[in-house]
Amino acid sequence: MLSQWGFVLILSAIAVVIPVAAIVLGHFLGPRRPDPVKMDVYESGVETIGDTWVQFRAQYYLIGLIFLIFDVEVIFLFPIAVAYANLSFFSIVAAVTFVLILLLGLFLEWRKGALEWS
Amino acid sequence: MNWSDALIQLQYDLGAPRELSWLVEGVTYFIGAFILANAALLLALLLIWITRKVISRIQDRIGPNRVGPYGLFQTVADALKLLSKEDITPASADKVSYLLAPVLSVVGVLMTLAVIPFGPGLIGADLNVAVLYLVALGSLGIMAALMAGWGSNNKYALLAGFRVVAQLLSYEIPMVLAMLAPVLLVGTMSMQGIAEAQSLYLGPINLGLGWFIFLLPGAFLIYLIAALAEAEQTPFDLLEAESELVAGFHIEYSGMKFAMFFLAQFLNSFFLGAIAVVLFLGGWQGPLAGQVPLLGPIYFLAKTFFVYVVIQWIKGTFPRVRIDQMMQFAWKVLVPLVLALITAQMIIMKLPLPMWINYLLLLAANIAVVVVVLNILGNYFQREQVRSKRAFEPRSLIGTMQPVQSSSGD
Repeated sequence: MLSQWGFVLILSAIAVVIPVAAIVLGHFLGPRRPDPVKMDVYESGVETIGDTWVQFRAQYYLIGLIFLIFDVEVIFLFPIAVAYANLSFFSIVAAVTFVLILLLGLFLEWRKGALEWS
Repeated sequence: MNWSDALIQLQYDLGAPRELSWLVEGVTYFIGAFILANAALLLALLLIWITRKVISRIQDRIGPNRVGPYGLFQTVADALKLLSKEDITPASADKVSYLLAPVLSVVGVLMTLAVIPFGPGLIGADLNVAVLYLVALGSLGIMAALMAGWGSNNKYALLAGFRVVAQLLSYEIPMVLAMLAPVLLVGTMSMQGIAEAQSLYLGPINLGLGWFIFLLPGAFLIYLIAALAEAEQTPFDLLEAESELVAGFHIEYSGMKFAMFFLAQFLNSFFLGAIAVVLFLGGWQGPLAGQVPLLGPIYFLAKTFFVYVVIQWIKGTFPRVRIDQMMQFAWKVLVPLVLALITAQMIIMKLPLPMWINYLLLLAANIAVVVVVLNILGNYFQREQVRSKRAFEPRSLIGTMQPVQSSSGD
């Protein structure tokens, strides 16, 4: 099993080398004629006014939080799914209750209006 | 027979010393990983050509047909052109995240290759947590898009970065939950194990047609819709909506850095299709695949290319959805449905009934989900069609088509 992760390690090294090599190659093969207008950010031909990194809608934070809750609970579901055939009656009741609580939480968020996007 | 065992044996036969077994293993894995990664790069050239040809045919055009036979080398020419472009970094960009983003997006996609079973014994690493590994890699791609959107210091890119959070995070949940359904059925997270479980024995002969799509069509449909969103394909391509955001999160990238994002996107939609094939369409299973080992990779690639062409077909047919419709569909339709489906599957699998009745109940629950999803989609598209027909009715244009009367009267 451990040597299987060796393959993943080697593949990840190759996966890093390929894009880095391509970008470095492109950097040296392409022309280099920097000028201030070219290095400016693109905004449909007008100069950027104000700061780009501004405050944004709280809705995105909400979606991020809901995602975090669900993703963590989904990760808990995978071990349950793998061992499911060997579970006893009470563990199955616990697992089903776990999913139902997840579903109830979703309905609560729905009622509270966290899922509205206006 | 595993490919790595065969390769290790070959090295010993050629006279490699037994004491250096770690080196022999390392060389084996390096050869395997090197071939896989480079095959993926060549595959990307082919995928871009397929996409352009399919979309052209849908739009009644011919598509690339000048460079090479059937325009096959058009992508090579494009890649060479991108290689000779100037490498521009905006002066005000956040250098670290700007430069890291294209690398990270390719890494996240290429590492998927490690757990994809191309045939019996033909898998990079048969991890026992492969499905979880895929979920983790999916988040890496989201990170890359977010870093590109934030690091570019461009307002269009930043807006695309917001949409990355909204879209990719929302559709990650139904996708992962739909991937849970086959895991629950088989009881393993290994991709090879899931592919092997989809055999169908008729006496001693493996027909290879026990695909989970026949048992879990609801989970497959939800996975496919969520995968379309994860791959940023057209009904959900809000991240790079050309008419709104010019190019989306990779607007400030040029040359090879842009090519890396392009590569990652095409490979990502192919690999999401490959995962769908392994989890729901039987992987390398097919008639006679057990007897003739060579048929395994052929079946696998044929199915994956079929799914890829279907994705391009959808891309060429559907209009883009609005962001509020997209979020509503994810959180109010897909997530509750897939959670209900998982609960139903958990209960049905433990009912003290004969096996085939359990399977029938499971199929019934899945078909119910398919009917609900298709009904909601059908209603939506019908409403949109009526709306767009009203908007383009000639009668409503009569008032506006009159020549403008000159009012000055001179």
